[in-house]
Amino acid sequence: MEHLSLVDWSRAQFALTALYHWLFVPLTLGLTFIVAIMETIYVKTGDEWWKKTTKFWMGLLAINFAIGLATGIIMEFEFGTNWSNYSWIVGDIFGAPLAIEGIMAFFMESTFFAVMFFGWDKVSKKFHLLSTWLVAIGSNLSALWILVANGWMQHPVGMKFNPDTARNEMVNFWDVLFNPNAVSKFLHTISSGYVLASLFVISVSSWYLLKKREKEFAKRSMLVAASFGLLVSLFNLTTGDDSARNVAFNQPVKLAAMEGLYEGKKGADIVAFGILNPKKDIDNNESEFLVKFTIPYGLSLLTYHKKDAYIPGLKELVYGDKEHNIISAKEKIQKGKIALAALKEYKKAKKSGNEAKAKEALEKFEKNSKYLGYGYLKSEKEVIPPVAPTFYAFHTMVGLGTWFIILFALTLYYVMQDKIEQKRWFLRLSVLSLPLGYIAQESGWIVAEVGRQPWAIQDMLPVGMATSQIDTSAVMLTFWLFAALFTALLIAEVKIMTTQIKIGPKEA
Amino acid sequence: MFEKLSYLQLQEYWWFLVGLLGALFVFMTFVQGGQSMLHRVGKSEIQRDIIVNALGRKWELTFTSLVVFGGALFAAFPLFYATSFGGAYYVWMAILFCFIIQAVAYEYRKKPNNLFGERVYEAFLFINGTLGIILIGVALGTLFTGGNFVINEMNLSRWTTKTYGLEALLNFFNIAFGLMLFFVARVLGALFFIKSIDQKDIIKRSRTILRYESFIFLILFIYVVSAILTMDGYNYDPVTKVVNIESMKYLHNFLAMPIVSAMFILGAILFVIGIALGSLSKNENGIFYSGVGVVLVVLAIFLILGYNHTAYYPSLVDIQSSLTIENSSGSKYTLVTMSYVSLMVPFVVAYIVVVWRALSSKKIDEKEIKQDPHHY
Repeated sequence: MEHLSLVDWSRAQFALTALYHWLFVPLTLGLTFIVAIMETIYVKTGDEWWKKTTKFWMGLLAINFAIGLATGIIMEFEFGTNWSNYSWIVGDIFGAPLAIEGIMAFFMESTFFAVMFFGWDKVSKKFHLLSTWLVAIGSNLSALWILVANGWMQHPVGMKFNPDTARNEMVNFWDVLFNPNAVSKFLHTISSGYVLASLFVISVSSWYLLKKREKEFAKRSMLVAASFGLLVSLFNLTTGDDSARNVAFNQPVKLAAMEGLYEGKKGADIVAFGILNPKKDIDNNESEFLVKFTIPYGLSLLTYHKKDAYIPGLKELVYGDKEHNIISAKEKIQKGKIALAALKEYKKAKKSGNEAKAKEALEKFEKNSKYLGYGYLKSEKEVIPPVAPTFYAFHTMVGLGTWFIILFALTLYYVMQDKIEQKRWFLRLSVLSLPLGYIAQESGWIVAEVGRQPWAIQDMLPVGMATSQIDTSAVMLTFWLFAALFTALLIAEVKIMTTQIKIGPKEA
Repeated sequence: MFEKLSYLQLQEYWWFLVGLLGALFVFMTFVQGGQSMLHRVGKSEIQRDIIVNALGRKWELTFTSLVVFGGALFAAFPLFYATSFGGAYYVWMAILFCFIIQAVAYEYRKKPNNLFGERVYEAFLFINGTLGIILIGVALGTLFTGGNFVINEMNLSRWTTKTYGLEALLNFFNIAFGLMLFFVARVLGALFFIKSIDQKDIIKRSRTILRYESFIFLILFIYVVSAILTMDGYNYDPVTKVVNIESMKYLHNFLAMPIVSAMFILGAILFVIGIALGSLSKNENGIFYSGVGVVLVVLAIFLILGYNHTAYYPSLVDIQSSLTIENSSGSKYTLVTMSYVSLMVPFVVAYIVVVWRALSSKKIDEKEIKQDPHHY
């Protein structure tokens, strides 16, 4: 591993902490709502049984919430510790959603969380219910702001580069907030969290039914979770479609990697299942896949809603395509290098008080500033993200998402028909589907983040330029410390959670 | 409304808000102070359970205050965020590790089959309450003593020593600052126990701790304040922005800003009144006096650090790289936008107060812990 550079270790550490953090967040996002729905039924009906059910799921939520906080605090500070150049170059835009997240969402979550757990006998029923809903809203609001920030990294809008400060500065907050990429990302991500939480409740309930215990509790919980799950998974499908269309418009290289599309074509097929040919490169004539099943015209139809729409492949996106007005990466890199040199000239002229030279350099800079980020790249092929992880992660996510819709529909049907207890094969399948939910979650982020490489900010700032200038050994040390600590905490969390599930709701 | 303010006024407003958040965080470290004396005050399991549950209803607010403090710094003063966090790497990472282990400790400590056992989670709380706070104090101390960084013409920062912030631990002032913060946290923790717990042994031990440790705090406080008043500071020219060293800069700042001086003195008096009430009388409200006091003192310290043309983060390597509220802030547009968001702060404080009062209406006692199966 000695050959890995500072940027590799910085990325590895961020990926490690983000992947761990995301094991816990989606469950919190969804379970807070499921618990709030259950408590609403309790308050409406006055049925103590629902209170007990609410308390049980709330107990599991608390175990998950704690480790979510533990793994979350590092995420915010890592932008400073490991990505300090990034913090300066885009902090003026990126910092704002993070601060708003804290003021608007974190305080709401943490304040009402205490009421939710310790307020049962201290505040009125309605105030308690309000607190539970506020925790759900707070945690989802928190997701909104961090996803606005992430959406901006995928599609930077609402800012302008200021050559005097040598950074990007926000010029329109509303453009940042209502960035189409951010909106679809937010909706897709939170709905995927609701899907996971529904899956969690169904899997745990299925386990009880397999063990022939807590039957009434399990069936009632499944009814709430399957109804909620079916609704949100269908919504998740539409937001996923919207997200993919945004990728097509704003990150065509990522789309090409997601589909393993090396050469552009009109009426492009979508790959339903495929095994990539590892020998394939944009410069050779190897076939793209060893095996594939495609849906004809699927990609063109889904992205542009036109059967014969043109979708560029990696080759065109790297080498350019005049017919379709695609500039080559080489040309972009050249323009980027001109912009970088002009910026340096500008700063130098300013310092020496040579206003005429500064003006000239500024004009040159502004002409090429759109490609500033490309100036940091060394070769044109650097713009291609790792194709295999992006492709497989995308197809895993989509495939599993489809399975969850079927699972929720079947669960709802069997519960409503009161046949769920007899369908033991289905109960087993439901239990086994829980890890698949986590795989789908992590796959989604792999598509989003690996598919964005080499950029920290799409087309603007490559990861290599965004890191803190510290020794690689310092990051290696903290990487292994995080790996050890988070793994230990994860084991503790799983042990505690499974023990609480085994104890069951009777003790709640 | 905020658009009418000048860029400098916005920078001052945001420095005030960052200072206020920092001050509220220091007040909330009564949680850490309480954790650090868990075994000193709680001699039996039930007593420790009472303490953990009393603190457990507040710890997330402290945690959130720290996170929001970081977020506000990122948004308002991104160059500080980039320079300090990306440079003093080991110190900040050590602080973060101390807070990561705290976040699971409350929830997991009493849970069956929790992998490490109750004592390890209590050790997590102790580490967070001692090392975590001392290191935060050391990091804050560097706002006076400076760091080894340079900033290039593109405003990108680089640390010049391979110890990445650990060198701050060799500075006596920084250590004294960290220890002072630690004893502030313990004093506040003891006062918090007196106010919120109904268990005579815990109260008795808390009052004893107050009596002894407030002296240690006072010695450290006197040293730190004398050092601040006599040390050199980094001044910058408001027109040319050139930074130079000024003898007794912080004393001059106190004299130039009488309101800040009054705030500092009033805060210190209130803090001492709180200690006196807690240690010498049966009064339970010392936490309010000391709480308000500590907020005023810490806020005043932030104001003398950043106002009156002072570099709040001096560079020991290249004096002109020193950070000021003017050269390290976000753009005017971002500060205006964030200022509108800051209007939500009173609303946030209001609901925190309402919830706090609702949950603290009755003191925690043994009966409550024994009856609640969900206790920490």
